[in-house]
Amino acid sequence: MQITVTVNGTERATDVESRLLLVHFLRDTLGLTGTHVGCDTSNCGACTVLLGEIPVKSCTMFAVQADGGQVTTVEGLTGEGGLHPIQAAFKEEHGLQCGFCTPGMMLVGAALLERDPEPTDDDVRWAISGNVCRCTGYMNIVKAIQAAGRAMASDAVEAEPAAVSS
Amino acid sequence: MLPARFDYHRAESIEEALSLLDQYGDDAKVLAGGMSLIPLMKLRFASPGHLVDVNPVAELAGIEEADGSLRIGAMTRHRDIVDSDLIKAGYPALATAAPLVADPIVRNRGTIGGSLCHADPAGDFGSVLLALGAQMVVRSSSGERTVAIDDFLVDTFTTALEPNELLTGIRVPQAGPRSGGTYLKLERKVGDFATVGVAVQLQMEDGHVGRAGIGLTAVGPRNFRAAEAESALAGAEPTDEAFAEAGRLAAQTAQPSDDVRGSAGYKRHVVEVFVRRGLQAALQGAA
Repeated sequence: MQITVTVNGTERATDVESRLLLVHFLRDTLGLTGTHVGCDTSNCGACTVLLGEIPVKSCTMFAVQADGGQVTTVEGLTGEGGLHPIQAAFKEEHGLQCGFCTPGMMLVGAALLERDPEPTDDDVRWAISGNVCRCTGYMNIVKAIQAAGRAMASDAVEAEPAAVSS
Repeated sequence: MLPARFDYHRAESIEEALSLLDQYGDDAKVLAGGMSLIPLMKLRFASPGHLVDVNPVAELAGIEEADGSLRIGAMTRHRDIVDSDLIKAGYPALATAAPLVADPIVRNRGTIGGSLCHADPAGDFGSVLLALGAQMVVRSSSGERTVAIDDFLVDTFTTALEPNELLTGIRVPQAGPRSGGTYLKLERKVGDFATVGVAVQLQMEDGHVGRAGIGLTAVGPRNFRAAEAESALAGAEPTDEAFAEAGRLAAQTAQPSDDVRGSAGYKRHVVEVFVRRGLQAALQGAA
């Protein structure tokens, strides 16, 4: 089946088998191996990508369902100016050890910060409760997402000083 | 894991979905959020020849109140139920259950209709809808019918839907004043299926219980109603003793089995405690 999916801002038109899962389309067809396959049963969240602005588990969706849609993978977080604030914060706060869950964690974190730039500990833990990490004990992941929120807020202030009110 | 081959059909309207179901019958499955169906297909427990994707059908999603009932479209995603101010304001049993379904990422995609049609006895919404006395709206190319949730849920993974029928929506009777409800769920971790779940809805009338609805999750072959406990409560004074007795009756009704999540005896005990606590919480909400 012919599909066209915009992945990280680039339109990709391909012929795929209807049973091809979105995660395999990303990893095998497009070579974007930042999206990981963990449990393969929609429990662990390692395969999380953004569909539009919403985190979804790409191991539990067919590529044909993304036809006409926009997908962001971890590769799409990095912009021309370098690392996305959430990537920088995971590095700074040691929000990862083995790195396997990290792409999913960062995408869920980025989606959370879009809605709520100053999440509490509970907000973050709630948001990442569909993502399993076996290394960190989550402490530094929570810190990293909050730090990214603060960095994004101060970036926004620098970019638009006129928007700051007393 | 790769599912078996199938033909993918994208339905843009209810009529188109129904016509595809007419055409492919038993060999077709409706694809909603896919949170249960796709894992089943990957494990080859299900190998439909045709998938009818109803995600593009906008008229299947939405939450509104009309003609004395809350109407939830079958394709309404869990996250939209969690976020619904209408549900938060008037339907506490639904409002407490929705954030406990699976995990946030699954809730972004999973739908209430898909969950009900999957008919997993450990699914949460079936019990809530039993407590609330909901009706299921079912369409086929020959017309529409409504089915009480009690009759819709037939057995494990089995509903009253015919192969050519589509669940289009759910109707929940609008609760009156002095009503309350809640959902209690025991799970080993976020995202796990319920070890035990209990939904409670209480309608008070002149200081006594008018109607009590109690639905049980994961303690039998389907979500089912604790009918004896409901009958005992109807007309009763809302005392601790009456609620404790309802808990005991519900525990007797439950048919749990031993599994990795706990022994049958343990689950039965949790039913008893949850029914009692749930009734107390519902009574507070009804005040």
